[in-house]
Amino acid sequence: MSTAALPDDEQLRARFGELKPRLAAQAAVIEADRCLNCFDAPCTAACPTHIDVPGFIKRIASGNLRGSALRILDANILGASCARVCPVDVLCEGACVLNRQNRKPIQIGQLQRHAMDAFWASGERVQTAAPGTHKLRVACIGGGPASLACAAELCRQGAQATVIERRDLPGGLNTYGVAEYKLRAADSVREVEMIRHLGVEFRCGVDVSTAAALEALEAEFDCIFLGLGLGAMQRLNIPGEEADGVMNALELIAAYKTGHLRELHGTVVVVGAGNTAIDAANAARRLGASTVYMVYRRSESEMSAFDFEYEHAKQEGVQFLWNRLPVAIREEAHGRLLLDTVQVRQQDGKLERVPESEAEIACHMVIPAIGQSPLTQLLEELRGVEVRDGKIVADRVTGQTGNPRYYAGGDCVNGGREVVDAVAGGKRAALAILKTAEVACA
Amino acid sequence: MPDIGVRNFAGKINSPNPFWLASAPPTNTGEMIMRAFDAGWGGAVWKTIGEPITNVSSRYSATDWNGQRIMGFNNIELISDRTVEQNLREMAEVKKRYPKNAVIASLMVASTREAWHEIVTRTEDAGADGLELNFGCPHGMSERGMGSAVGQVPEYAEMITAWVKEKAQTPVLVKLTPNISDIRTVARAAKRGGADGLSAINTINSITGIDLDTFVPRPNVDGKSSHGGYCGPAVKPIALNMVQQILADQEAALPLSGIGGIGTWRDAAEFLLLGCGTVQVCTAVMHYGYRIVEDMAEGLDNWMREKGFKTLEDFRGLSLNRVTEWKHLNLNYKIVAHVDEQKCIGCDLCHIACWDGAHQCIHLDRVTGPVDGHVELHPIPAGKETESRTSIAETPVTRKERATAFASGPYPTPLERIPRVDETECVGCNLCSLVCPVDGCITMVQVDTGLKPETWDERTRGAACGAE
Repeated sequence: MSTAALPDDEQLRARFGELKPRLAAQAAVIEADRCLNCFDAPCTAACPTHIDVPGFIKRIASGNLRGSALRILDANILGASCARVCPVDVLCEGACVLNRQNRKPIQIGQLQRHAMDAFWASGERVQTAAPGTHKLRVACIGGGPASLACAAELCRQGAQATVIERRDLPGGLNTYGVAEYKLRAADSVREVEMIRHLGVEFRCGVDVSTAAALEALEAEFDCIFLGLGLGAMQRLNIPGEEADGVMNALELIAAYKTGHLRELHGTVVVVGAGNTAIDAANAARRLGASTVYMVYRRSESEMSAFDFEYEHAKQEGVQFLWNRLPVAIREEAHGRLLLDTVQVRQQDGKLERVPESEAEIACHMVIPAIGQSPLTQLLEELRGVEVRDGKIVADRVTGQTGNPRYYAGGDCVNGGREVVDAVAGGKRAALAILKTAEVACA
Repeated sequence: MPDIGVRNFAGKINSPNPFWLASAPPTNTGEMIMRAFDAGWGGAVWKTIGEPITNVSSRYSATDWNGQRIMGFNNIELISDRTVEQNLREMAEVKKRYPKNAVIASLMVASTREAWHEIVTRTEDAGADGLELNFGCPHGMSERGMGSAVGQVPEYAEMITAWVKEKAQTPVLVKLTPNISDIRTVARAAKRGGADGLSAINTINSITGIDLDTFVPRPNVDGKSSHGGYCGPAVKPIALNMVQQILADQEAALPLSGIGGIGTWRDAAEFLLLGCGTVQVCTAVMHYGYRIVEDMAEGLDNWMREKGFKTLEDFRGLSLNRVTEWKHLNLNYKIVAHVDEQKCIGCDLCHIACWDGAHQCIHLDRVTGPVDGHVELHPIPAGKETESRTSIAETPVTRKERATAFASGPYPTPLERIPRVDETECVGCNLCSLVCPVDGCITMVQVDTGLKPETWDERTRGAACGAE
């Protein structure tokens, strides 16, 4: 595992410069001083990993940066990436009491980043209990935030954990799926490297997709944590979807982040209006597409993207076509595509096509971004692990599934939330696994 | 329109307003003082004149607080480093050009009658409107038998004041040091010596801090430091107390020029309400420049207009008799905290302050229900935090989840975060209202105890009678 797999591409860096520049050291202290240091702080309660927000902020104010970073990492081992990717408007910063005084909330995300950047710069490591404190071996399938958090917590407490990842690099969507202007793939890999230093073993490029593979893992490990994430992106299921110029949003994001896609041109159409759709649309603009449309079959008020993401897309120059449904993709000469669409309206809760509203959009690329499907293929192999509505059924507190040796957390359980939710789920499972092991030993 | 002019202070000093620059770096030269008068300052006490000294570098240090620069300021600078001739030549020039502004000469010479007689004569010849005897400088000069070395010994202060009065034609003010256990002893001595007025307070002995990398206290002079004089906003409460002590004492009270942490018209109004006739400013000018006087004059004028005061004499000293000894306070007066639910933002600092710093009577039990009775029946704060940090929280990703994420109920803050005051346990200490970040959210409300006013003095006197 190394960042060598990721090109340090000057053009990419220039095009995907950081959305929020870091706080200068003194600005961070001034911002930290603004924090009221609430009792039982609502920001901490709102954070899925319950980072002690006033605690780490007041440590910045006092100049105890090491203590600040450790306070963050204690609650959330992916504190560095969460500082960059969390939708803070609907989490900690949205809960800040200053909002109720019509004052600007504390820039918690930026302060968290400040503390974590200082931690990286200092070369500090997170302390762990002596390996072997727990005679426990756990396999974490999937290399995303849920598994990383689970494995990290296990190793911090002296158990053994192995992360098994299908792709070349671990980190899951943090490495391959987050807009580069929020979190660089290299930063995600660096964070994983820190987790490796805790003693977590990584097996990358290993696909666990057969019953035999699972049996082998069951033989080698005491418990298995499923941090599988979601499956491939949903297909549009319209004619012409196999055309060359069709590439789903996650493929597009992974391709540009890993240097496999450096340039776009002409018109790009993104289908969907969630946060990933917006990431893809913004990326298309930054990669050079002159016109980017987002086509959504419902209205503006129904889009699932966060408000701040919508505003951002508008600033990037993305154009929105509401209540419009793609019906077919036709290939033209020179790699051009024609996307056939039709206007739709809500009728008794159903979408109804508006007569004579057909329109074709000439474009070079169509990017489906209408959500991810569950990883059903593997789940069918798992005896005793119940899957309902495409989600693994697991205990809300412990993450334990119907099969007591199997735990699960992250998107494969919650259906697709944020990195910080996956971290919380992974950590809760780790604590439950450790507790069960202690009971078994006693 | 209110008149903020000062008439016949300490006998015969006039100035267009009560705002004087204190004897300090902002009054180092005639050129500076003239610029200050142009900016609107009513008077200036010239940087102390005496035998020229040699200063060190560096000279100042400060204490910052919570992101704000210069809560307190410290200096180890000595009196004027320019000759008496230079200073007096410039003083004559200033007086000629600015006849309406008060120019006071701060003086410090060796403790001999001849030296004082000479400097007094020369200074008055230069046109000074008054003299201020620097018996307060806490560093450097005191080691040479001057400054606070005089100000800390009532007999010396009285003697030198008397020498000065033998010659002086203009009002003589004695500037007092706070670095003494009871400032009134020297104030009384100055009065006995014939002083026409007082200036208080001078700076307070201080070490502002220590560099945690070099271990050298600030200010650093080639690896060593020395105690300095502390001033600025941090010292105002100390100054107000000493001003009150002096002015409430019949044997000490004289026309007083108040000094100590004054930076705004509000600060100035407080010193005037305790009875000061003028105020002196230094640190705030060193921080922001002479221009701060504009708002000081306007703000005082507006406040007087609002209160219906026509001259400074209308309100000077109004608060002096509102300060009394503790034993004369009414023991049967009771107030309790009241939380305005509409204004509460849910920081709950009042709750933790009351639990950890007061009397455990502000509770977060509006939803779970009040538990009246002994405090131990309430869950302790640490338990409350643990509860929140072990609960499961999720990012609200759908529009529906987001709509309810920060919903609160009848008030802007969720009910469970709005504190409840147990009025039977509340002692009315004010702490919660002091920590509350929202103006007017926590108010202290008087409750009728049904008891007649009674002071400790009255109660114990009664008990003593009963015992007999």
